Amino acid sequence: MRAPLLLAAALGLATPVLAQHAGHGAPPPEPPAEISTCEPEHAAMGHCSLAPTADPVDPNCPPEHAAMGHCTPTRADSEDAPGGSDPVQAPPVAPPPAEAFSGPAHAADAVFGAATMGRVRSDVLIEEHGGMRTGRVLIDRLEVSYGDGSDGYAWEADAWYGSDYNRLWFKTEGEGEFGHDIEAAEIQLLWSRPVTPFFDLQAGVRHDIEPDTGPAHLVLGIQGLAPYWFEVDAAAFLSDEGDLTARFEAEYDARITNQLILQPHAELELSAGDIVEREIGGGLSSVELGLRLRYQFVPEFAPYVGVSYERSFGGTADYARARGDEVAAWRVLVGLRTWF
Amino acid sequence: MLSGEDIRLRVGHSIYRVGGREGHAITINGVLPAPLIRLREGQRVRLHVENGLDEDTSIHWHGLILPFHMDGVPGISFPGIAPGETFTYEFPVLQNGTYWYHSHSGLQEQLGHYGPLVIDPQGQDPVAYDREHVIVLSDWTFLHPHQVIGKLKQEGGYFNRQRLAMLGDPAENTMSAEDRRMWGAMRMDPTDIADVTGSTYTYLINGHGPDDNWTALFRPGERVRLRIINASAMSIFNIRIPGLPVTVVQADGQNVRPVEVDEFQISVAETYDVIVSPPDDRAYTFVAESIDRSGLARATLAPRLGMSAEVPPLRPRPLLSMRDMGMGGMDHGAMGHGSAAAASCPPEHAAMGHCTPGDAGADAEQAMSHDMRDPSLVPSTVTVGVGVDMIAPMPVDRTGDRPLGLEDEPHRVLTYHDLAPLTPFPDKRPPTRSVDIHLTGNMERFMWSFDGRTLNEGTEPIRFARNERVRVNLINNSMMNHPIHLHGHFFEVVTGQAHGDPIKHTVNVMPGGIASFNLTADAPGDWAFHCHLLYHMHAGMMNVVTVRPLDGEGR
Repeated sequence: MRAPLLLAAALGLATPVLAQHAGHGAPPPEPPAEISTCEPEHAAMGHCSLAPTADPVDPNCPPEHAAMGHCTPTRADSEDAPGGSDPVQAPPVAPPPAEAFSGPAHAADAVFGAATMGRVRSDVLIEEHGGMRTGRVLIDRLEVSYGDGSDGYAWEADAWYGSDYNRLWFKTEGEGEFGHDIEAAEIQLLWSRPVTPFFDLQAGVRHDIEPDTGPAHLVLGIQGLAPYWFEVDAAAFLSDEGDLTARFEAEYDARITNQLILQPHAELELSAGDIVEREIGGGLSSVELGLRLRYQFVPEFAPYVGVSYERSFGGTADYARARGDEVAAWRVLVGLRTWF
Repeated sequence: MLSGEDIRLRVGHSIYRVGGREGHAITINGVLPAPLIRLREGQRVRLHVENGLDEDTSIHWHGLILPFHMDGVPGISFPGIAPGETFTYEFPVLQNGTYWYHSHSGLQEQLGHYGPLVIDPQGQDPVAYDREHVIVLSDWTFLHPHQVIGKLKQEGGYFNRQRLAMLGDPAENTMSAEDRRMWGAMRMDPTDIADVTGSTYTYLINGHGPDDNWTALFRPGERVRLRIINASAMSIFNIRIPGLPVTVVQADGQNVRPVEVDEFQISVAETYDVIVSPPDDRAYTFVAESIDRSGLARATLAPRLGMSAEVPPLRPRPLLSMRDMGMGGMDHGAMGHGSAAAASCPPEHAAMGHCTPGDAGADAEQAMSHDMRDPSLVPSTVTVGVGVDMIAPMPVDRTGDRPLGLEDEPHRVLTYHDLAPLTPFPDKRPPTRSVDIHLTGNMERFMWSFDGRTLNEGTEPIRFARNERVRVNLINNSMMNHPIHLHGHFFEVVTGQAHGDPIKHTVNVMPGGIASFNLTADAPGDWAFHCHLLYHMHAGMMNVVTVRPLDGEGR
């Protein structure tokens, strides 16, 4: 049985690895002596029979006491030996006994010093087990569009940084036509805090870069993931002129494959009242519907093609007609979604 | 291999190569995995660990019974090892078996800071074998580990490239439209099986990628002992050797009654020793397939070098089931787990309202009538905040379930119920109280915690009185497996089997399920208690276990 052992395994490995094991193939350091009794694994293979394990005796209830009716052994059933526990019969949930609270709060303080251990607890233990901060920059849409004889461009991007509970958000979006001034561009700076497992409450300020006559706004919104995996961003804006507007966005990623993704997107703009200087009518002012088909070479890099349809309504449409602009427009899109 | 009473280890930076690429690794004595440390039960050992990095490091001796201040967790057991310093760990070796060691500092473990540790028994080894091989499984990525967790925080499902899709592989898109709707309503992904996958990981055996054909030699007819250690950061593996059954003889360093199976799952930080007896003069493939089937680690057992056997293709990616949602016995036919479900709801559980037997037809609708996040189902000590996206409505004991994805394999698959200790656990006292610990998380935000609180939120430690006998119930309120590890102790995983409860240091708690263990809190001091998925721990799924009084620290 104790044949001389072959050479250690795994010579001549395929990779020229600088700092790697050649494997741990090795003989057992000291072969066990001749096997005299029935080994469990032999027994398992039916080669022999194991001697039955003696029934364990409950130390609190030795058989002689049990026989006198003084107590009941906890392992009365001999078939139970060597003692599987019953998952159903569990003792009640209870707080720790008093002695569990005795002694020092931190055992290692006595060995390494309270000052040293305290520093490591706060700087290392805490920071490395839940205290991390992360961030992301997402360019959700960076696109050119074609339609009705005009070539335009648009962007929508955001960035955040922070802990699980407190994050600083930056958002920007804008659009324009090639050969003209930027039509609209805004930036938002928001503090974001999760309020449900799937939604964050966001509050902050918005500044409109273009048109430069635009007012400043306070922003209050929610952003997150609605049932059925709809990404939702809804925000109300209160301008320093006292005008209240709102924006609601939703999008959905329909996976054709894991890399080819069709994304319907809807954006609604609303206003509490008529805002003459910004040519916005009360109620639903505009709707934009988009359908973008992107290919994720990697999740962080996904060019897309798509179409969009934008239409203004009510008083906003009237302002557009008065300017001589179209009320509704289809556009073809080519763009890039990227993040890091 | 390192052995003796004085062992010197130097932690440093190395270049590591796999799959034709080069990356930065943190290694011990320049090798990945770290060198095999071979000790003998009954000896004393001094391990001198020098830190050659420009940041703190540490080594935790996983599964070893030792004084708390030698356990190697910065901030709990000791201050850590500063750059340029040497720390000497010294302790008596009280046990035998297959163990391992790894960094407990930051995310160094992902970078290669782990290695095997084998302790030979003082007397005769009850396991007879002619030859042995140590097999260290791990996962390697060329991304920096901070990038890995960054991606997970940015997009919880970032590494999952096997989601359900309209034009997906029909073998992997077996879910009905109604079930998809239901999962969508919950904002849960039935393909979210591993957080970090083969899309970035190369799965390693002893530091070698699948193309390296790492080979373990045997002579036909020999009894070969494989000491298998899952030193992965995040990867649970299904292990099989096509054409060769394996006999499990040890789990987590503790001998078990031999049990022959065709496949077993090894969760992160577990170890299994198996005996194989290859009868023929041919090569066999050792396959360690990642739980989400996104990749595999592979080795060859062969009578001579240069041989290889067929490497089986990856099997279709499994889907999570109702049972993984914590729906107890209400699992249904759509997943093809019908038979498992029936067995999984024994009358005594049903009587306690833990599950509902039978009636597979109505279950989907029934399930939807359950609130998947009802805070009244957990005690007020659980913080049901934004970091908790689910509370299992009807979690059941799943220690007897086949592991995730192996429910319908047509061969023998190991469960915890098959593991019987070779030597019964010495403490026969019944537990005097129970402690419930809820495993909680938010998959989308990648937040992970115990009882809804992360370690950094200043949690109350889990307190035990010295030598107290306690039943600890781990209740998984998430749809992921969590390998839960308690330092400094072995516990009995409660399986209720007549042959006894397996003795372990790490227990895998299945999605939406319960795993209970009986603990004898006999090691005074402070001990880490955490999910051994590295990024779950880093996200805060960790707490401190205190055992008091200290009184001279016992040993």
